[in-house]
Amino acid sequence: MSQNIIDLKNITKIYDGETSVLDNIDLYIRKNEFLTLLGPSGCGKTTTLRIIGGFEYPTKGDVFFEGKRINDLPPYKRQINTVFQKYALFPHMNIFENIAFGLRIKKISEREIRTKVEEMLQLVGMESFAKRTVDSLSGGQQQRVAIARALVNEPKVLLLDEPLGALDLKLRKGMQIELKKIQQEVGITFVYVTHDQEEALTMSDTIAVMSEGKIQQIGAPEDIYNEPKTAFIADFIGESNIVKGIMIKDYLVEFADRTFVCVDRDFGENTEVDVVVRPEDIEITSAETGMLKGKVITSTFKGVHYEMIIKEDGRRWMIHSTITAPVGSYIGMNIGPDLIHIMKRGA
Amino acid sequence: MRTNQKILAYPYIVWLIIFIVVPLILVLYFSLSFRDGGITLENYRRFISPVYGKVLYRSLKLAFISTVFCLVLGYPMAMIIAGADITKRNLMVLLFVLPMWMNFLLRTYAWMTLLGKNGVINNILGYFNLPALNLLYNNGAVILGMVYNFIPFMVLPIYSVLAKMDKTLIEAAKDLGANEITVFRKIIFPLSLPGVITGITMVFMPAVSTFVIPKLLGGGQFMLIGNLVEQQFTYVYDWNFGSAISIIMMVFILIAMAIMAKYEDPMEESGGLW
Repeated sequence: MSQNIIDLKNITKIYDGETSVLDNIDLYIRKNEFLTLLGPSGCGKTTTLRIIGGFEYPTKGDVFFEGKRINDLPPYKRQINTVFQKYALFPHMNIFENIAFGLRIKKISEREIRTKVEEMLQLVGMESFAKRTVDSLSGGQQQRVAIARALVNEPKVLLLDEPLGALDLKLRKGMQIELKKIQQEVGITFVYVTHDQEEALTMSDTIAVMSEGKIQQIGAPEDIYNEPKTAFIADFIGESNIVKGIMIKDYLVEFADRTFVCVDRDFGENTEVDVVVRPEDIEITSAETGMLKGKVITSTFKGVHYEMIIKEDGRRWMIHSTITAPVGSYIGMNIGPDLIHIMKRGA
Repeated sequence: MRTNQKILAYPYIVWLIIFIVVPLILVLYFSLSFRDGGITLENYRRFISPVYGKVLYRSLKLAFISTVFCLVLGYPMAMIIAGADITKRNLMVLLFVLPMWMNFLLRTYAWMTLLGKNGVINNILGYFNLPALNLLYNNGAVILGMVYNFIPFMVLPIYSVLAKMDKTLIEAAKDLGANEITVFRKIIFPLSLPGVITGITMVFMPAVSTFVIPKLLGGGQFMLIGNLVEQQFTYVYDWNFGSAISIIMMVFILIAMAIMAKYEDPMEESGGLW
């Protein structure tokens, strides 16, 4: 408890008697971690963020900040700042005044304001832009100013609502690294909302995968990627082949009309399950020696690897491999026991 | 192609000449000539006298007071409408514009029956054995009439600016530590200034030149500049002097607008007169 900066307890949010946007969520955020709320649009991730920021009030449940209940605390009294999706810079102030906004409210001396704002401009690499107007800046530059404006208040938690959503791919990649660097430099907690799984994997210490108002899985990026708890997560985080299967007994699963040795257990006997195999975990061999045999439908060069679609007895398999085979030819596919992930059906 | 596009502008140019340029030139010509021809500045010189100065001063003063009232009453109203949800919002705007569909004269006459010596308000007061009030035929009644008639022109532009305002800016300000009052002072009000300027312009201009309201609600007791112009044209038949007064009034309005424009956000390109 003591090292958690934010605790969400049984949070439920319902708008106008409709179905719940958030359904009994429990979430704790540790001090100084980079936590990402990841999920498709409408999964409740932004609502969760807004509840932490104080812009939404939970229908049920409590929000704790350093152990104290803050449900009724308005946003301006929370030691939390937000970087908004569309930056929300004040158009009638120049860059310097935008960043100084929070400091001026705290009635800090003009000299101190100047020092702090300049420090922040330097941190985000915008020293020469202090006198510029908001609309003379590009999206990426506005983003940096928005981050500086939030960080200058020295919040204990910084909330970021899809801050890179409007940037082009190259800029986004650069900002991902930079954001992570900034987080490590200032050493505060970042709560980041995105629907981009790659972004989440790149930056986070912890990822909470959300869907339909629930947290599906929470853990380190490696754990979420390697050991997804449900087929939904497996599909959402990276590409996946998901097929129906039957868990015959511990360490033995049947799918694609044959049995495979696997490393999972405790599913019971003859239980219907989902089987998840990552595209890069399928090994290509000759049609005669493979566990499964299929016909190459497409093969696309992706730079580091080829992406192939294989048709096998009506099922489609996606394979990422550094070698390829001609379209129309038959190949064999091998899957190692530890690369087969078993999920409860429908979870 | 180019010439074709130019041709499309001709009807507008003709319209502009017929309805704006020609009348203005005529007014200017009348103001600079004697009744039986001949160029002169006599009409302007005549205006420089304490009597007319007083009329001008009173007109500007009453218009200014009315504008301030419109702003003070209209701004909160605009905020309430902009803050309501979308279905209520349209109804509120409709209710606000509804009286404007009625004839201007009729609306002003209605106030006479409300405020008059034997009017509705005094009747109610009499019912409670309270002394009757002199509500009509004074500055207060004129200001009331102006505020009542012109307040929609203040509310609507402010409302449209407020309704379009990005709500995340308000959230961002709160996020950065601003309470409701600071949010209004530092974000909402400065960003609504273009609407305020437009509102002030649209209230002040007709308020300076109105002659119906002071005539009906002021009882013609004290003349405003609008009445003076009307009188020259309809009773005295001194079109030349009337035109000169009109031009002087126009100059004063332009000066007032120029002062207003100084306070307008320099980043905002449209909205003002200048």
